[in-house]
Amino acid sequence: MMPRPDVLSLPELVNANERLVHRGRFLTAVMRLDIGADAYLISIDRGRIAEVRKGPFVMPSWTFGLSCRADALDRFWQPLPPPGFHDLFALLRRGDLTLSGNLQPFMANLLYIKDVMASLRSPKETA
Amino acid sequence: MRATIESITGRYMRLDLKGREHRIYFEEAGQGIPLVCLHTAGSDGRQFRGILNDPRITRDFRVIAFDLPWHGKSSPPAGWQEGDYQLTSADYTDIILTVCRALELDRPVAMGCSIGGRIALHLAMEHAEEFRAIVGLQSSAHVHPYYDTTWLHHPDVNGGEVCAAIAAGLVGPNAPDAHRWETVWHYMQGGPGIFKGDLYFYKVDGDIRHRLSEIDTSRCPLYLLTGEYDYSCSPADTLETAACIPGATVSIMPGLGHFPMSEDPDGFIAHLLPVLSEIAHR
Repeated sequence: MMPRPDVLSLPELVNANERLVHRGRFLTAVMRLDIGADAYLISIDRGRIAEVRKGPFVMPSWTFGLSCRADALDRFWQPLPPPGFHDLFALLRRGDLTLSGNLQPFMANLLYIKDVMASLRSPKETA
Repeated sequence: MRATIESITGRYMRLDLKGREHRIYFEEAGQGIPLVCLHTAGSDGRQFRGILNDPRITRDFRVIAFDLPWHGKSSPPAGWQEGDYQLTSADYTDIILTVCRALELDRPVAMGCSIGGRIALHLAMEHAEEFRAIVGLQSSAHVHPYYDTTWLHHPDVNGGEVCAAIAAGLVGPNAPDAHRWETVWHYMQGGPGIFKGDLYFYKVDGDIRHRLSEIDTSRCPLYLLTGEYDYSCSPADTLETAACIPGATVSIMPGLGHFPMSEDPDGFIAHLLPVLSEIAHR
């Protein structure tokens, strides 16, 4: 298994992708990401990743949350994920991913959020 | 100016379904054994463009792909604005049989994907005598709901964008980019609530787990082909279904996802050709 990519590198990866930022241009929200016991708050400002903070947090506020088994995300982030692990909804179907909070902005920007998460998959970044 | 004109022809037929006049669009190419192709939920017959354009298939098969009512270039019936679209097993079966009879097809082969793969099982169970063979792609007897389909038809979410996002994940990771995004585009073009209405059949009404043993493959051969990367109808789902149907032939297609004929036509046709050859030589 490759080392887990650094979620803190999301601003660099996403903001350099003009097309991805454009796709998320109507989204301003805080996405909570839980990977096993690790928690992150990802602030999105009109499609740009403004800030990523790593927990633990005291009384965090967030818009919607993704909580995923760490070993499932490790497979999701492989350059060629195995069957059943190549998409966020594949993880949802497996029961490895749970969603929480206000899911309207999540569903309204689903393709953007899938690609934000998949941007950590870059072999260059995960090597 | 040079253009390549494909050998596919598209026409409309007018016919009654459940006592209401419908205008149905269908495309066809080739000659020989009729091969009726059934698209996935929320999409249309363009998914079969690779099949319709492959001379190895159209040499021996008359390939026909029609758009379900409310899909693609098939209109909803007059008065559609008075109700929501919701596909049921009975209606879906009736549409397929009516179209086949209207075109006077002699014991066609039915090949459907996803909801088309599910209704293929219904056809094998209830109308085996009318079909030469049944080919189910991404075919299972039941799918447990794993997301809230309310979001597919909701004023706070762009329907085309969210349906596309759902479909995009179901494509295999190695699909050629042009075909991946063509497949996704079809989902962007679906009418409001149509994908959701199809999924009523897929996830609620069309559950036939308890009836699979009624399928008699000696009356009508059944072939099930499923892409390895499909998580809506996974290989395990298809294998579980096939285990309940003596004589069913199963093939798991490495690398492919939920839309094999559309996301990677060449890759899929390599798996389909031996099946069609076997059917043609029966």
